Amino acid sequence: MRYFLRRTAFFVITLWAAVTLNFVIPRLQPGDPAEAIVGQLTGQGPVDPDQIRAVRLMLGVPDTSLLSQYWDYLGSLVRGDFGISYTYFPYPVTHMISEALPWTLVLVGVTQVLGFLIGTVLGAFAAWRRNSRFDSFVTLGSQFVGSLPFFWIALLLLYLLAFLAGWFPDSGGHAVDVTPSWSWAFAGDAIYHGILPALSILVTAPAGWIIGMRNNMVQSLGEDYTRLARAKGLSVRRVALAYGARVAILPNVTGFALALGGILGGTVLVETIFDYPGLGRLLMEAVGARDYPLMQALFLFITIGVLLANLLADFLLGVLDPRVRKEAA
Amino acid sequence: MTVELLTKPSRVPQWLRILWANKKSRVGVVLLSVFVLTAVFAPVLAPYDPESTDFAAALPASGDHWLGTTQQGQDVFSQLIHGARTSLLVGLVAGVFSTIIALLIGMTAGYLRGWVDEFLSGLTNLALVIPVLPLMITLAAYAPVRGVWLIIFVISVTGWAYGAKIKRAQIITLRTRDYVTAAKLAGDGPMRIVFREIMPNMTSLVVVGFMGAATAAIGAEAGLEFLGLGDPTTISWGTMLYWADNGGALLTGQWPWLIAPGLALTMLVTAMTLINFGVDALSNPALREE
Repeated sequence: MRYFLRRTAFFVITLWAAVTLNFVIPRLQPGDPAEAIVGQLTGQGPVDPDQIRAVRLMLGVPDTSLLSQYWDYLGSLVRGDFGISYTYFPYPVTHMISEALPWTLVLVGVTQVLGFLIGTVLGAFAAWRRNSRFDSFVTLGSQFVGSLPFFWIALLLLYLLAFLAGWFPDSGGHAVDVTPSWSWAFAGDAIYHGILPALSILVTAPAGWIIGMRNNMVQSLGEDYTRLARAKGLSVRRVALAYGARVAILPNVTGFALALGGILGGTVLVETIFDYPGLGRLLMEAVGARDYPLMQALFLFITIGVLLANLLADFLLGVLDPRVRKEAA
Repeated sequence: MTVELLTKPSRVPQWLRILWANKKSRVGVVLLSVFVLTAVFAPVLAPYDPESTDFAAALPASGDHWLGTTQQGQDVFSQLIHGARTSLLVGLVAGVFSTIIALLIGMTAGYLRGWVDEFLSGLTNLALVIPVLPLMITLAAYAPVRGVWLIIFVISVTGWAYGAKIKRAQIITLRTRDYVTAAKLAGDGPMRIVFREIMPNMTSLVVVGFMGAATAAIGAEAGLEFLGLGDPTTISWGTMLYWADNGGALLTGQWPWLIAPGLALTMLVTAMTLINFGVDALSNPALREE
């Protein structure tokens, strides 16, 4: 129980820190931040009065103290009021995010789970056949592929499979003439559009799991209990799965949530390249249009999502691995 | 203690010898040297001024322009050669900065323990879970000036956490060794013990950390510049990809403009990864190649 309380406390503290970071970043600039932002906006051409109003609303009244601004900021977060996007005026920021969220959720969810499964299975095989040709091929290959720049792979796939071969659409989440709905036609179309972005992530995604799983399992296969299992004459399958892999997979569960932050960063690039209507593209759009309220809310949403995933992974690990619970108690 | 003294004078040559003995890291060292030489002698090696817009726009690859020209009529090959400078500069400086931050935080937490450790470890775990690229994008978007130094700053302040965690774990295993106790009894202060007594025993860990941070920084720099968050007039592989993507290199069939910077980036990152194999062997004798 102590373990779960500790993890929850860590979650609450990180949540508070993320929320505060989100408050601090725009105010790091010298002088009145709203003035500075408006100044930057006017430097880029005529400014919509709505933009200035949105910036003022986001940053609070400039003459009040920082503390009362912080209080107002926390208050509006609790009320779920993240301000109004001025590129998509008069839609509130939350509306834009809820439109984009399912796309990223599906893209990241599917690729992350697939990458984890593929990587764990390959890594387990590599460890079982340690120093075989398969092992060195997979280990070296994943070291190499894992270091490839994410977005360059996306650009290559876009060039080769969309432009040259014409097998897949080059942009968007669905065809223009297909409207989002709960229908097979839309689902098929969305999957068809999602294959290339997903593939770009899936090329590099398993690499980390392969290496992690292989190294853990090489270790667990060398432990005394595995040797005993072999000596008892248990089947090869049983030794590999129940004694080697079962223990080796545990550190990867924590890694699963930690990797989520990296994957989400990668989706910003991938979504921008494929013009995929998810959170990452929305973030870049907000940055490009200097839509600060939208940008702030997106950063907060993405961060909270990753923190929640980490809390869940910690809980899962606590259920799966009694040693973790013991350690904290 | 005596072992420490005995191995100390021969450490540097041995360090290089192990690195060279490992086939993978030898390839990495050679590859990285090529990049460093390219960066140093870029003005001599590049056939043209990378910023010159004197040529016809969007030329295909030819004898005069090995990789063609950009939409603005710049020579792609010359840009590629000069781009090595930016990547190596960012890798080196951001790598050093985040290693320093990681050392300070990780070593302090691991050596002092207690509430200082609780606080610094919490900070490290926090920095570890916050998604880095969205944070980088947000920081860069607010900055009044954009350029390579902003990117170096952003990468350094966001990229230290992993290294700090590893160094903390290592120093915890070292802080109770006999030579540390001896140094304490001799009246050495904590700063001296941590950085003069303990740190030399973690050299390979620090080098691995630096290489990892530099590799990540090179990738992050290219990513941020590709997204247009750098100064688009800088010559770097990231901005080359940015202009290639925005200039419609795909549509006009100028594939060398798009392929070359990414390939160079991949080769540089691979070189660093290969060297790390050898550095790993330094700290773990079991991995050394016979």
